[in-house]
Amino acid sequence: MFFTLFIIVTLCFTLIRALPSSPPEGTSVAQSQIILERWDALGYNQPLLVQFGIYLKNIVTKLDFGTSWKISKTRPALDILIERLPPTIIVNSYALMLSIPLGILLGIWAAIRKNKWQDHLISTVVMFFVSVPSYIYAFLLQYFLFFKLGWFEQTIYSLSDAGGWFTGKMLYSMTLPVLALSFGQIAGLCRFTRAELTEALTSDYMLLARAKGLSYSQATTRHALKNAMVPILPMIISSFIGILGGSLVIESIFSIPGVGQLYVQSVQQRDYDVFMLNSIFYTLTGLLAGIIVDISYGFIDPRIRMGEK
Amino acid sequence: MEKNSVSNIPKELLQPADGNNVSGTNFGTEHHVGYLRDAWSRFRKNKASILATVIIALIVIFALIIPLFSTQRSLDSYYAKKGPYIASQSSIPLFDGGQTRTFNSRGLIHAYSIALGACDTTGSGNARISDITSDCRTVITPIEKVLDSRQNGKYKAKIDTYAEVGFVYMQISKAEYENIRKWEQENSATILFPLIANNEYNPNPNDANYWYMADTTAKNSPIDINGNIIKLSQNMRLYDNYLRDLDGNAVYFTQSGSSDNPSYKVRVLYKNYYTYINGTPPRYILGTDSQGYDMARRLSEGIRLSLALALSVSLINLIIGAIYGAIEGYYGGIPDLVLERISDILSCVPFIVVATLFQIHLSDKVGKIPSLLFAFVLTGWISIASRVRTQFYRFKTQEYVMSARTLGASDKRIILKHIFPNALGTIVTSSVLIIPTVILNESMLSFLGIVSLGSSDTTSLGTLLSEASNIWTSYPHLMILPALVISLLMICFNLFGNGLRDALNPSLRGIDS
Repeated sequence: MFFTLFIIVTLCFTLIRALPSSPPEGTSVAQSQIILERWDALGYNQPLLVQFGIYLKNIVTKLDFGTSWKISKTRPALDILIERLPPTIIVNSYALMLSIPLGILLGIWAAIRKNKWQDHLISTVVMFFVSVPSYIYAFLLQYFLFFKLGWFEQTIYSLSDAGGWFTGKMLYSMTLPVLALSFGQIAGLCRFTRAELTEALTSDYMLLARAKGLSYSQATTRHALKNAMVPILPMIISSFIGILGGSLVIESIFSIPGVGQLYVQSVQQRDYDVFMLNSIFYTLTGLLAGIIVDISYGFIDPRIRMGEK
Repeated sequence: MEKNSVSNIPKELLQPADGNNVSGTNFGTEHHVGYLRDAWSRFRKNKASILATVIIALIVIFALIIPLFSTQRSLDSYYAKKGPYIASQSSIPLFDGGQTRTFNSRGLIHAYSIALGACDTTGSGNARISDITSDCRTVITPIEKVLDSRQNGKYKAKIDTYAEVGFVYMQISKAEYENIRKWEQENSATILFPLIANNEYNPNPNDANYWYMADTTAKNSPIDINGNIIKLSQNMRLYDNYLRDLDGNAVYFTQSGSSDNPSYKVRVLYKNYYTYINGTPPRYILGTDSQGYDMARRLSEGIRLSLALALSVSLINLIIGAIYGAIEGYYGGIPDLVLERISDILSCVPFIVVATLFQIHLSDKVGKIPSLLFAFVLTGWISIASRVRTQFYRFKTQEYVMSARTLGASDKRIILKHIFPNALGTIVTSSVLIIPTVILNESMLSFLGIVSLGSSDTTSLGTLLSEASNIWTSYPHLMILPALVISLLMICFNLFGNGLRDALNPSLRGIDS
């Protein structure tokens, strides 16, 4: 894992530092002078390997991921990222709280009503919601619930307006992004649950359980559902890690000051240290999610041992 | 029952086989169904997939033929952001270029004045609302009168946004002036209208639509000769403020520039001027985009770009993934281990980071679209490679492969002739299912502005959405049309891919992931 991370960091670093290094056009002579001197002080004129060494040393010894020069001048990049974490985590947690129970329940319902109209209805709707990109729900929600009906806010309130991340006012303004995020998650989870549960429902141990005299609901909840949960739970756990990353599109549509928006800003404004840190962060969360999923399989189902594949 | 049991077979039908020629005998069961034919018959039964295929085909046809029909010759910013239009005030409610707004009586009169001015082809300046003919196209249709809290009369009205453009000042050459005059005679339509006097009754000298006398001190209300404010009524008449010469005739142009190359300032009815330039009246079936391009053409450009990108990504991924996976799966052992580690590492690279880096780094050298293509390919082939690898592991230990090897077949022959055709279904399916993800990711990247693909002759669906993102609440068609196309493409490609998977790999039927 650390090897993978190291390779990606190296790749990003080399590609960014290999960009043409001249002050942007239109800056005055005095400003260019300042920029060039700043770059010199930051070590841009040393060999690439030395620069990379300095970068890694700063990370390991001082947790210093560099400085933001555009988004928030001269503040450490790490501080900015940490400041952007709460809104992302909160919005995504609300979305998960909504989507996990709904998704699993709908999936179970579709599975036990397999090939009846309920299943067909759910499967068709799920097919639509899985396919349609989330920003299109976001637009539709904004259009109908904000613009036409005026029930909710178009974008979320700022921290000072709402008086805190956990106030009711903030929750109210977060309704639309939470809904936009959950639709896709509900559909994905529902489809997965349905597929796993239908497989479990047709297996031999279900026949045995019924033959032993268990009622249909007993057999389903105690045997089929438990087995179907084995692949579902790791998926849910990994989506908890995924909430750190946030959604780039939803955050920029609803102007949520989160990690995803920070990423887009750092790309647009070419704030390289922030961009580097954000990339490392995304890679790290992805890797972490993978590892936790692998480990959790062993905890959830004792039959699966680590190291066996 | 009786008939079919073995003991009841009539003796005369039982004959010893000719021991030398068994393989050539026709047992009457030889109804061969090839793999593709079998797959097609399965695919045909899946109604949703057939429908999806038809819709994809229609979208592709739309993307290919629209450029042939587009009448727009050049970018026309006067008609930017206009809604879909087939015919004015037509029975097709969404396609009349109309927009419902709330007006006060002044605004309503101003909207009417465009139609009144357009009716006044002789420069007499005394048309009435009741005189408006369909010929000069009604600008506005009042729907209802609403009252706001202060009991001021407001009017909810539907305005024809195409006609609302009204009159425009232009600088043209003498030759063009004469051409226009000739065109007017041939087509019996009026382009050139009298200029407006620049006096105290003209609220905005740059706005060619204030042709009537208005009181600039009373919020530009229309006034009559005596300076009384005119109220809105069916028989209302506006008093013109045309520029007149000493004899009282309306002036149609003022000359500037050198005498051998004079430039004329004229006031044109833009709808008719557009017809003069383009040959057809302004009529955009799907409206225009935020800059004034024909939306239908923009959409077709976006679809072509998205599909071309998606198809080339999936083709390249298919080739790389098949070769890589075949080597891994067939040889196993150390090559497999090494190659698996490489693809493990690559698969952890977040796509968005790669796309951004390539966009910053490569787009200046190789162009935006190729660098986007590289970003998609860099990690996209891994899923195909791992599928191919699994298939190869499955088939390489089977007896028929062993017998081929015993008979002396080379590795190349075993891979290409014996294993690959068996794995083809899975490979094709997974590369088709790459198409919707590419479309989604491309539209997301261009929507966020990380990649900007818009230019005068090409655009992407995501760019259209991103251009619409700040203004679409007033012009919903800017958002709805590209969103509809993206959603349709996504849904249809997913359905098509699933149908293809069920048809090509019957053993996987019903597994939805």
